[in-house]
Amino acid sequence: MKRTRYKRREFLKTTVQASSAICFGITGLAPTLCSAAMPSKQSTIVVAENHLVRDSKDKLIGNQVGRLLERAMENLLQVPKSELAWQKLFGARDVVGIKVNCLAGKGISTHFEIVEAIIEGLRSAGVMEKNIIIWDRSSHDLEKAGYRIQTDHNRVQCYGTERVGYTYRVYEFGEVGSCLSKILVEKCTAIINVPILKDHGIVGMTNALKNFFGAIHNPNKYHDQRGDPYIADVNMLSEIRSKVKLIISDALTAQCEGGPPFMPQWAWSQNSLLVGFDPVAIDALGWQIIEAKRQEKGLPTLKAAGREPSYIATAADEQHRLGCNDLSKTNIIRV
Amino acid sequence: MAIQHVQSRRQFLGSCLNLGASSSAFWLANRLWAPERCLSSPVENLTEARYYEKLPQRKIKCVLCPRECVIDDQETGYCGVRENRGGIYYTLVYGRPCSAHIDPIEKKPLFHFLPGSVAFSIATVGCNVLCKFCQNWEISQARPDQVPSADMPPEMIAAQAKRNDCQSISYTYTEPVIFTEYMYDCAVAGRKINVKSVMISNGYIQKKPMQDLCGVLDAVKIDLKAFTEKFYTEMVSGHLQPVLDTLVLLKNEGMWTEIVYLVIPTLNDHPKDLQQMCRWLVQELGPDVPLHFSRFYPQYRLKNLSPTPVSTLETARKIALDSGLHFVYIGNVPGHEGENTYCPGCHKLVIRRLGYQIAENNLLENGFCKFCQRKIPGIWK
Repeated sequence: MKRTRYKRREFLKTTVQASSAICFGITGLAPTLCSAAMPSKQSTIVVAENHLVRDSKDKLIGNQVGRLLERAMENLLQVPKSELAWQKLFGARDVVGIKVNCLAGKGISTHFEIVEAIIEGLRSAGVMEKNIIIWDRSSHDLEKAGYRIQTDHNRVQCYGTERVGYTYRVYEFGEVGSCLSKILVEKCTAIINVPILKDHGIVGMTNALKNFFGAIHNPNKYHDQRGDPYIADVNMLSEIRSKVKLIISDALTAQCEGGPPFMPQWAWSQNSLLVGFDPVAIDALGWQIIEAKRQEKGLPTLKAAGREPSYIATAADEQHRLGCNDLSKTNIIRV
Repeated sequence: MAIQHVQSRRQFLGSCLNLGASSSAFWLANRLWAPERCLSSPVENLTEARYYEKLPQRKIKCVLCPRECVIDDQETGYCGVRENRGGIYYTLVYGRPCSAHIDPIEKKPLFHFLPGSVAFSIATVGCNVLCKFCQNWEISQARPDQVPSADMPPEMIAAQAKRNDCQSISYTYTEPVIFTEYMYDCAVAGRKINVKSVMISNGYIQKKPMQDLCGVLDAVKIDLKAFTEKFYTEMVSGHLQPVLDTLVLLKNEGMWTEIVYLVIPTLNDHPKDLQQMCRWLVQELGPDVPLHFSRFYPQYRLKNLSPTPVSTLETARKIALDSGLHFVYIGNVPGHEGENTYCPGCHKLVIRRLGYQIAENNLLENGFCKFCQRKIPGIWK
């Protein structure tokens, strides 16, 4: 395959220029920090927001997005430098999957600026570029969103599950029985969940929990009853529950109606990142943000529209205990 | 792993012939190639679906099956094989079978339809229900990009059936409702060269598309999975009533229909439910509808259950016969007397079966009992 060098800012179109493959070799596998593993601890979400992440033409500025994430990580892990935060979570032996959501194309997909910043963070923790995989359900979806497929083994990887397929084993919990992406099961030791925040015409909204419908082979079977309890059940599947180490919800652009496809009239620049370990709390906060925007736009609540995302509460119930859906009990740090 | 591309017609047919030639001649159930869990390239030759309504905001409503999925742009319905692209609804599986075998018609099972003949049997990926006991879940619960498929237009299916001395094309293995356009066109192509068509289905379909299909099909086998709404809700992710409606519709349309009831221990084997079902069948469809009680083997998400005891199947058969049904069979128990057809008039054996083979046939031409001349219902030539 012919190799071409690209500008650094275009790394996601080339899946990162391997300019300096520095291996820090610091830590082993990161401990599980998801709320599912620590149900007794109070959930923390860092809301990092800054309108300066965009230029005068409303385009995202990569460096500013990177700085926003650095501040979020420092506050989430309570460390003075973001590198220390990344080093607490990931190490040189990790193969880290960055699960994006690119179903809806360029308008409302995980921004490559935030993925670029995540890769910088992982590199600072000693994760080798070749051990970073940007992935989603299909390469076609990734390409639609502007990502370039990359399978050169010396660089950051970027491809969809169709490249490697799904497990033959059916993973089960509750009502769900699904084969899982081999990227998740066989390639990665750790996952960073990088969803986008948007409205969903059936389940109400999609953010952290729903993003793993992009990791199962049969999501079409689990949209009945507004995805409840299926979305919560999918997040209970052992490989998902044990491997997700961090959630960075991309709310730089959000959409309050008409999803999942991109509807520009309902999208807005929220310029936020919601960062934490608790997918339930992050979804509860995301829901609040969407409801506030819907109210501002004169739209009915999701409940009144007949699509309240009840799966969030289910994810917090006794059977699931994936996190806390009571924002009054969540430590929300705004930076 | 390398990407697997859609097989060419030549490759597909080549594999058919190769495997066909090398497989056992005991019967012709040749598995042409097994579906794999790696992937074909995205399907691009789309065909617009036939049963849907356009809604505002580029949404559509599918009216093919009772689910009536409302589907956003870029999304698929519950079946996973019909997709909304920009407000137009497409089938992703038209002309793209993922499986093609030559099977004895008894395997379907259809016992009163051209006994001893073989059917060119095809399936695409996808299904509109989610049975926890599905034996073909690798293809029925997959999406088109997850299973290799061939490019075989309807005329080619019909021609292959004819070339392989198949008297019928069978739409089977997964759920043909979800590839209804392809099934319809294959049946039309088959009729032109005197090849019949049979649909092996769950009956979960709306009235209009089923009526349309009745114009081109010759027989239908319906899986009646239970006679309780609870079972349909919990084990099938569907509802009972639409299936019963389809059975009545088929009766009214004069379509030759047989019914299979997979007896699953503890879940749908209660004698009271079986009795209610049999009474309903006699009342609504008449005593001549063949009913097959099939033995369950642990599959998919019901691996915790044991195979159905033969005694349970025998009890079910007795209940059905006592209810007045004339043709009640036991399936998946080779050599059992419940595989045979007995004349309801003289009670003599008219067809003796061994597995999928016809061991003895005492039917006269046009399906009359050799011993008492009573007409045995079915399609015999």
